[in-house]
Amino acid sequence: MSALFTNKTQAIFWNNNVKAIQRMLDYDYICGRAKPSVSAIVHATSENSFQKFFFGVSEVLVPIYKSTKDAVEAQPEADTFLNFASFRTAYDVTMEALEFPSLKTLMITAEGIPERLAQEINIQAKKLGRTIIGPATVGAITPGCFKVANIGGSIDNIVKTKLHKVGSVGLVTRSGGLFNELANIISIKANGLAEGVAIGGDRFPGSSYLDHMLRMEKNPDVKFMVLLGEVGGSDEYDIIEAKKSGQITKPVIGWCIGTVGQYFQGPVQFGHAGANANQDKEKASVKNEEMKKAGIRVPKNFNNLPELIEAIYHRLLAEGTIDKETSKNVPNLPEDYKAAINAGKIRKETNFICTISDDRGAEANYAGVPISQLAMPDTGYNIGDVISLLWFKKRFPKWTSDFIESVIKTVADHGPAVSGAHNARVSARAGKDLISSLCSGILTIGPKFGGAIDGAAKYFKYAMDNNLDPREFVADMKKKSIPIPGIGHRIKSVRNPDKRVEELKRYAKEHFPSCELLKYAEKVEQVTTAKKDTLILNVDGTIGVLMVDMWRNNGYSEKEIDELISSGTLNAFFVIGRTIGFIGHILDEKRLNMPLYRHQFDDILYDVKEAEELATVGT
Amino acid sequence: MAQREIREITGKSILKNNWETFFGDKWSYDFNSVLITKKDDINDIQKTNPWLQKKGLVVKPDMLFGKRGKNGLVYIKNETIGDVTASEAKQWIDSKSDIEIELLSGSKGELTHFLIEPFIPHEQKNEYYLAAKTEKDVDILYISGLGGVDVEENWDKTAEINIPLLATKEEIETLISENIPSEIEDKKTVADFAARFYSFFKTLHFSYLELNPVVFSGTEVHVLDMVARLDDTAGFLQSKNWGDVDYPTAFGMTALTQEEKDIKTMDENSGASLKLTLLKPEGRVWTLVAGGGASVVYADTIADLCGINEMANYGEYSGNPSTEETFEYTKRILDLMTRKKDPENRDKILLIGGAIANFTDVAKTFKGIIQALDAYQERCRDIGVKIYVRRGGPNYKIGLENLKKAAISFGLPIEVYGPETHITEIVKLSLTEQN
Repeated sequence: MSALFTNKTQAIFWNNNVKAIQRMLDYDYICGRAKPSVSAIVHATSENSFQKFFFGVSEVLVPIYKSTKDAVEAQPEADTFLNFASFRTAYDVTMEALEFPSLKTLMITAEGIPERLAQEINIQAKKLGRTIIGPATVGAITPGCFKVANIGGSIDNIVKTKLHKVGSVGLVTRSGGLFNELANIISIKANGLAEGVAIGGDRFPGSSYLDHMLRMEKNPDVKFMVLLGEVGGSDEYDIIEAKKSGQITKPVIGWCIGTVGQYFQGPVQFGHAGANANQDKEKASVKNEEMKKAGIRVPKNFNNLPELIEAIYHRLLAEGTIDKETSKNVPNLPEDYKAAINAGKIRKETNFICTISDDRGAEANYAGVPISQLAMPDTGYNIGDVISLLWFKKRFPKWTSDFIESVIKTVADHGPAVSGAHNARVSARAGKDLISSLCSGILTIGPKFGGAIDGAAKYFKYAMDNNLDPREFVADMKKKSIPIPGIGHRIKSVRNPDKRVEELKRYAKEHFPSCELLKYAEKVEQVTTAKKDTLILNVDGTIGVLMVDMWRNNGYSEKEIDELISSGTLNAFFVIGRTIGFIGHILDEKRLNMPLYRHQFDDILYDVKEAEELATVGT
Repeated sequence: MAQREIREITGKSILKNNWETFFGDKWSYDFNSVLITKKDDINDIQKTNPWLQKKGLVVKPDMLFGKRGKNGLVYIKNETIGDVTASEAKQWIDSKSDIEIELLSGSKGELTHFLIEPFIPHEQKNEYYLAAKTEKDVDILYISGLGGVDVEENWDKTAEINIPLLATKEEIETLISENIPSEIEDKKTVADFAARFYSFFKTLHFSYLELNPVVFSGTEVHVLDMVARLDDTAGFLQSKNWGDVDYPTAFGMTALTQEEKDIKTMDENSGASLKLTLLKPEGRVWTLVAGGGASVVYADTIADLCGINEMANYGEYSGNPSTEETFEYTKRILDLMTRKKDPENRDKILLIGGAIANFTDVAKTFKGIIQALDAYQERCRDIGVKIYVRRGGPNYKIGLENLKKAAISFGLPIEVYGPETHITEIVKLSLTEQN
């Protein structure tokens, strides 16, 4: 009989435990396995049908199945089942897996499975001739061939403790925590493990010391065995009997931890669930004594265990039972990018820069202010402040953020007939979703619709900066045949003023320290309205010039303001405000559920002439 | 943990709550039991338990120890059996509370929790013994017609029935009825009750359950005494059937110190495992060990090399505790160990030990230890603390280096070792160097 696992062993892993599976594949790679040892993952709630893993430098896909049944059917060669379900579901998952004859070895990692359920699993498995490892274990390893999940620790430790190549020692422990430690001792004092199993700390482990040691007795790679038992239970007596009866002939070194228990009458709980001596014979010191009597080598104490391992190893080496240790090349395992970054071993150029917000800490922040410190009304931050933080990385004085908010409220909507709202409504009626309909509206915003704010700011500021007399400015624009942006309204006039404009001006005059560009624009308005009554400073123009005044009063330089204007910032206020209105129109259409809009024929002048045929020009 | 003992009152409440399911079609159970402590007002308790006013009462401690009769701790009579009243019961409880008593077993402690029940007149020949426990692959059911305090003396007359775990209802009933002890007259009745008792034991995930004695009068069942252990890992399946279960600490264990309570609370509220038992607060050797198995071998080795009189504590931290948790845990230990100087003026020893971690970042967990050492550096210097460290696993080199640098900067002597040194070697080093 050979070891529990071979270098062909294929496992089905229940639960998509990406890190543990990656560690198995890393181990496979350094051991030189041809194929990864995990052939399938079972994960009922997964939406993916594959999980990507590294296999050395390249990547491989491991299929994910919704059920154990699907996985077994697709991977009939897999004979090992690694159950990484929680203690709540581990029983059901194992009982189901026992139904499939192809799964010969089942490992259960969960700690805290009810004893009665664990016993049922064990009885069922025994009846069907399957091997259970666990529950409550890190598993088992056949060095150079296969390891379960996390056993052995990091790859560095695995190589250091010679777990990547076949040694001569069979190791059986209860504790998973001490398994690595024993493997370490054995690698220092001998040539490493041929096989190792941690049977788990529960009261009723699925396989016993004896099950594994009888197999190791028959495994020619195992030359001697180390048993690390524990206080509590009587499974060590099986080994004592097997040793006495000659079922086990290979040398065995044994030690039960928990000898300290003999000093305590009281119920001090040392270690595992199974580690509770109810009777004298379950005490660690008694078991150590009994093992010794049966011819098992028992050290004086745990501290002397290494010496004893060394002694037996050298004796078997001298006798020629164990061959001289040879080294095995370990292929270089590339370091994980993330680990290398964290360790400061490598660096990487960034492709993006962000200077406005950060979501890496405990809480995302806007320009350094955590969201929780600005979201609620009692924080004193309003929407204007949030816009200031994210657009300008500044906390403006209250008169400024209030002004920004007033602008947004002022431009939020202007009825269904304006082109943007109309387009949004037509799209919504065509059955498009909210985002598409909104885009349709927003895409309409430009130089002629909503874009006048930018233009007004630009031209009025230019005129004032260059000390143009208002008359001069109007004449100049006329000469260039450019209508002055922000001047003129369809119906509003000097006698019938636009109330929105009145209010914005009133606010500015009351709260802005100064509003020089507004005053300039009003002088321009006097010139234009003298020509025609409706050529007033409209709402776009008012907002445009007041934004310039706003920045000036906040200490922005003329150059900075010019940059803000040319990057389209002023239009952004219109976009953000009008989006509110567009969404209103779209939701309105969704509620009304009107049919697809078709424009009426009688509203279109059809003036279609036959297309002119062009002849090629030239020779 | 797995098997945990519960109070008699808890066991009886579970029995009462599930009575209908297992016994109700044939048997009845009145569950007149109440748990009281010194601070309870007997008048309040009488209001919710009117039977306390009527009958003669029986009072006994309910604190996870047996042989209460033999220890003289069952109050059943003044002049004649069954003449104890509620106010007398309360007086008796007050007189037994808050004084240290020693049991025949040698355990010492204070009595705090008492069970009051009505006295049930019955003849000794009607006292039955019923018990069940779990073993590997079988459950064992015990039945005796000679129940009561002397059941152990007549153990040879107790039927011991091995019931295979997957046995069917019919198989179980046959096994039981074929094995009823010959002394029992009404075999059919006892067999019927025993089969139900076993079903209750099994379905509710008890790992041990003993009724001794149980008395039948007609179809009425009186459970005069009960011992019960639950498999607490089945809590997630049984929360409805069990109701609220608390697991008291065993009698004789000194009440938990504030530090032990703190760690227990932290443990209950964390995914990590944090355990602390104070053994000898005046002891010289203190351990701060990562991992359950490792903590045991450290305790073993200390006991082996210098006996248990120097072993101040037992404990462990594992399961990837946060830096904050490690800090709090270490702080408690440092606080306890720096309260008094060693009488012989030797340095105290702090063993920061552990096996080779699988994937715990050693440098990270050591960060919390360093913070605690920083906070307690002055007290450590004053009392005299020498630190020995042994650990392996991811980032252990950086961890050891950081810890060493920190201790030196705090003026505390320290030696650090990695996986090339045997796990318990620091115990030997620390003890041989100073002795």
